[in-house]
Amino acid sequence: MKARVSAYEISRIVLEQSMRARVGHIGSALSISGILAALYDGGLRAGAPDDPDRDRFILSKGHAALALYAALHLRGWLTADELDTYCADDTLLGVHPDSELIGVDFSTGSLGHGLSIGVGAALGARMQGSQRRVVVLVSDAECDEGSLWEAVMLAAHQHLGNLIAIVDLNGQQALGYTKDVLSLDPLGDRWGAFGWDVLHVDGHDVPGLTKAIASLNDRPATPHVLIAHTVFGHGVSYMRNQIKWHYLPMSQTDYEVALNDIKSLQ
Amino acid sequence: MEVAARDARVVLLTGDLGFMALEPFSDAYPDRFINVGVAEQNMVGVACGLADAGYLPFCYSIATFASMRGYEFIRNAAALHRLPVRIVGVGGGFEYGSAGLSHYGLEDVGLMRIQPNITVVVPADHRQTLTAVRTTWDLPGPVYYRIGKDDRREVPGLEGRFELGRVDVLGSGADLLFLSMGAVSAEVAAAAEKLLARGLRSTLGIVSTVNPPPIDDLVRLLSQFPVAITVEAHQLNGGLGSLACEVVAENAIRCKVVRVSAAGSPSGVTGSENFLNRRHGLDCDSLVATAINANAGSLA
Repeated sequence: MKARVSAYEISRIVLEQSMRARVGHIGSALSISGILAALYDGGLRAGAPDDPDRDRFILSKGHAALALYAALHLRGWLTADELDTYCADDTLLGVHPDSELIGVDFSTGSLGHGLSIGVGAALGARMQGSQRRVVVLVSDAECDEGSLWEAVMLAAHQHLGNLIAIVDLNGQQALGYTKDVLSLDPLGDRWGAFGWDVLHVDGHDVPGLTKAIASLNDRPATPHVLIAHTVFGHGVSYMRNQIKWHYLPMSQTDYEVALNDIKSLQ
Repeated sequence: MEVAARDARVVLLTGDLGFMALEPFSDAYPDRFINVGVAEQNMVGVACGLADAGYLPFCYSIATFASMRGYEFIRNAAALHRLPVRIVGVGGGFEYGSAGLSHYGLEDVGLMRIQPNITVVVPADHRQTLTAVRTTWDLPGPVYYRIGKDDRREVPGLEGRFELGRVDVLGSGADLLFLSMGAVSAEVAAAAEKLLARGLRSTLGIVSTVNPPPIDDLVRLLSQFPVAITVEAHQLNGGLGSLACEVVAENAIRCKVVRVSAAGSPSGVTGSENFLNRRHGLDCDSLVATAINANAGSLA
């Protein structure tokens, strides 16, 4: 029987594949395991990856693509053999996602692009009279990008109620904590001041996330942002809020400890 | 307007520019007109989302803003996804005259040309612009149009002809070849006329498709002349002159290429388009002098 799309299974695959490929970005991927579980276990209305009226999903923080590959695999859209090519030669499964891969709606990797594309996708859906929604997952440090705020303004101006942004608020970026590099506080108030419907959620409470996403349909007049409070490296004791795990690969000992730690997510 | 009437997929986006130009469209098709505000990066990103949904979005701005401000969006979203996004850059070269350096489109063609999936169209006058848009508006991938501001200036004899990937040839003089790109082509045509009166017979190739490059036509033309003068209101490198040199080198053609361009910019000195063209040797009289020198050099 196919495994459920769960935060534990996503985290397990993230650790396995990171270890096999000996690459980093582990902490960033673990911080969105709950968000992706909520989306791919029912949050996204997407029966098949080629259904034209499926909800679109844009992983604007493309450096966490491994978590997306894990979710696509658990959803049944990516085979185990394909998953095992992560970061190999001649693969579509790089560190950042490519839309040539079935299930990836847009290629990303340069921060600050995804929300603009999402605004266009949401406008297109509305113009076509489609009920499909567009979900864009951005990182908190991605809110440093000016282009993101251009998209935030236009989405509110156009009353795009079919657009959902999720901010992975883990408080970290490449070279430090966001409060030290470029303060974002109060991030929810900033989105609210730009005209968005703001909801603060626990980014690791999957049932809570699922419920929050379902509730958004009741407020169709404005775009929605879920400020998802998350922990960088969630589930792995020694990665928790540690900057170095933005980049580092694991040793064998690190890996074994991590696999044991994430059992708490089950 | 014409293509919008024919196809409901056509959408027009602007970065808050186009006063006294876009109103007929916004009045006729308010549901397909989106002013995104002064936000060119977002305009391109939004266009990509619309194109993915099945629309044919045209993004309008001044050439330098349209091509450069959102360049990474053009590369990552439009070109890499092969989406039918149209970037319309108005006023290439020095057409914005006294507006100053920030408004000159001097790098746009080179930047677009290096992206393999973008069709790059640079009409020589307003009549050719119409034909070019009628020919290319529904191409499957992204298109960059560098269009002129002036709807009176025409290249005599061109009569609005446009064929994607071809060079339109005017005249059949055997002494030297001019290759020109964009609105400055009218100056080149005038120079060719003046040179004829002085006994120097030239052929003028109007290069209005830069990508895909009209290689076959360029090889054929460049092979027939000892000297070719390329003329473009663009930086020296990356545009038409570079393309001609690549064709000459890669095909071992014995032809000296003289590149006339906006080399020398940026400079803080500003003025009318005519003044700036003269300053860069892009006006009729300067081109006459350049041609006489080049021809003498080729005979020496």
